[in-house]
Amino acid sequence: MTVILDVNGLAKTYTGHGRSVEAVRDLTFQIRKGELVCIVGPSGAGKTTLLRCISGLLDTSGGRISLDGTAVTGPPAGMAVVFQEYGRSLFPWLTVRQNIELPLKEKGLGRSERAAKIDAALEAVGLRDSADAHPWQLSGGMQQRVAIARAVAYEPSVLLMDEPFAAVDAQTRADLEDLVRRLWHQLGVTVLFVTHDIDESVYLGQRVLVLSNRPTVILEDVPVDLPDERDQLGTRSSAAFTEIRTHVYELVQKAKQGHRPGGR
Amino acid sequence: MSVLAIPVDRWRRPALGLLGVVLAAAVVEALPRLGLVDERFLPPFSRMVTGLTEQLALAEFWTALGQTLGGWALGLAIAMIAGVLAGVVIGSVPLLRAITSSTIEFLRPIPSVALIPLVVLIYGSRLPSALILIVYAAFWQVLVQVLYGVADVDPVVRDTARSYRFSRWGVIRSVVWPTTLPYVVTGFRLAAAVALILEITAELIIGVPGLGRSIGVAQSSGAVTETYALVLFVGIIGVAVNGFARAVEKRTLRWHTSVRRDLA
Ligand SMILES: Nc1ncnc2c1ncn2[C@@H]1O[C@H](COP(=O)(O)OP(=O)(O)OP(=O)(O)O)[C@@H](O)[C@H]1O
Ligand SMILES: [Mg+2]
Repeated sequence: MTVILDVNGLAKTYTGHGRSVEAVRDLTFQIRKGELVCIVGPSGAGKTTLLRCISGLLDTSGGRISLDGTAVTGPPAGMAVVFQEYGRSLFPWLTVRQNIELPLKEKGLGRSERAAKIDAALEAVGLRDSADAHPWQLSGGMQQRVAIARAVAYEPSVLLMDEPFAAVDAQTRADLEDLVRRLWHQLGVTVLFVTHDIDESVYLGQRVLVLSNRPTVILEDVPVDLPDERDQLGTRSSAAFTEIRTHVYELVQKAKQGHRPGGR
Repeated sequence: MSVLAIPVDRWRRPALGLLGVVLAAAVVEALPRLGLVDERFLPPFSRMVTGLTEQLALAEFWTALGQTLGGWALGLAIAMIAGVLAGVVIGSVPLLRAITSSTIEFLRPIPSVALIPLVVLIYGSRLPSALILIVYAAFWQVLVQVLYGVADVDPVVRDTARSYRFSRWGVIRSVVWPTTLPYVVTGFRLAAAVALILEITAELIIGVPGLGRSIGVAQSSGAVTETYALVLFVGIIGVAVNGFARAVEKRTLRWHTSVRRDLA
């Protein structure tokens, strides 16, 4: 499969207000078309920073990012982001339907085409009944599904998600995880999923990129050799799952203690 | 107790307000009648009311009222349009904001009445004189509110719009404007009050046609009751303008306050 996202030697140092923070030192990895890759790392490791650089919202300090062979200099076409602060990323003055519709309007789609995509997206996330509600009338988990529906309706070729389920309860979280897997299967979209939940990363991903602590490098690229069909009970209790999650867990522990590959 | 206290509390304020008005009217009625104040300087309240009803029968009165309200509305409209346009443009361009901030802080406190000699020189006692005073005073009220509003756009919402590649105009129309609207309405309320003051001032001092000039004419011809009647009426206009602006504000702010409440 072809490489769709190529991150090469990415570095990011925040400057300003009289201090500078080296968030990301040297990140290199590739993601192939149609892959679902998870990124885990300690809090403050620079996961959000990485996603913001990839989505063209943040200027890099070094290295190169290219999407489909084109260097990323601003928000690229065909990419959608689900932000960590999903509640704040929805437009509070618009209804659920209008929230999903607005990016499609900006994309220049016609009315009937928009309506079809919105209905399909709402159906996919199970929010048909809430189409005319305002985001602030919904629960956290429902708001998150609106943000996902908006991204899905946009039909991106790459979907970036930043700890999207951090603030929802365990049951909703399990449902949303399955939702992401299902949408990924249906749409053939490439997904880059950031989380700090190790089990979640193994359950969802085909690969797990483990980040070191700040300044960030990649500690290990862990392949997840689990069957493509996953389910919450069976997969999570399998021996293979336990083995991979134990490995990732140990890596994250090492990362927290400041272990770095090759002493970089 | 709380069950009973709610209706009592609800009616208490307006009832007390009304009582205050009645008391003030009674005092104004009593002072000249008891001979404590010379009737030539302060006629009893009842005579002011009679004077006002006589005014209401005169065609000149209605013409003057139309001129006052016309000048007020036109000046307010110009100030609103100019303030909103300038606010959105300046607020959206950080460089422009930095360049203009000290200038705005210098010009804003200059009282509009200080411009009277200048406008008299240029336009004499015609409508443009009043308009310039109104626009100068009301413009800053609107501009400052709009600048607050534009600065209030949530950075996550802004990033969302950028990542979905909204056009510049799309960002202004769909993100900046809805966020700023409540501030615009507040600016409208403040500007409406200021505009009325300046309209009456221009009429009274410069002689621009309207109720203010009628007051001046009545005063200089020694028609004391008529003078008081007109002043009373101008006061009523002020109350009405404020009530109207508050009603508009309440309507527009509805979703905003509900959002604030639900997020809190
Ligand atoms: N705007 C900024 N200015 C300065 N430093 C920043 C800024 N944003 C992030 N940082 C710093 O960069 C580092 C990485 O932050 P980032 O938000 O990318 O971490 P994260 O891995 O997403 O953490 P979390 O899991 O808690 O969301 C942190 O040390 C943070 O303090
Ligand atoms: Mg983060």
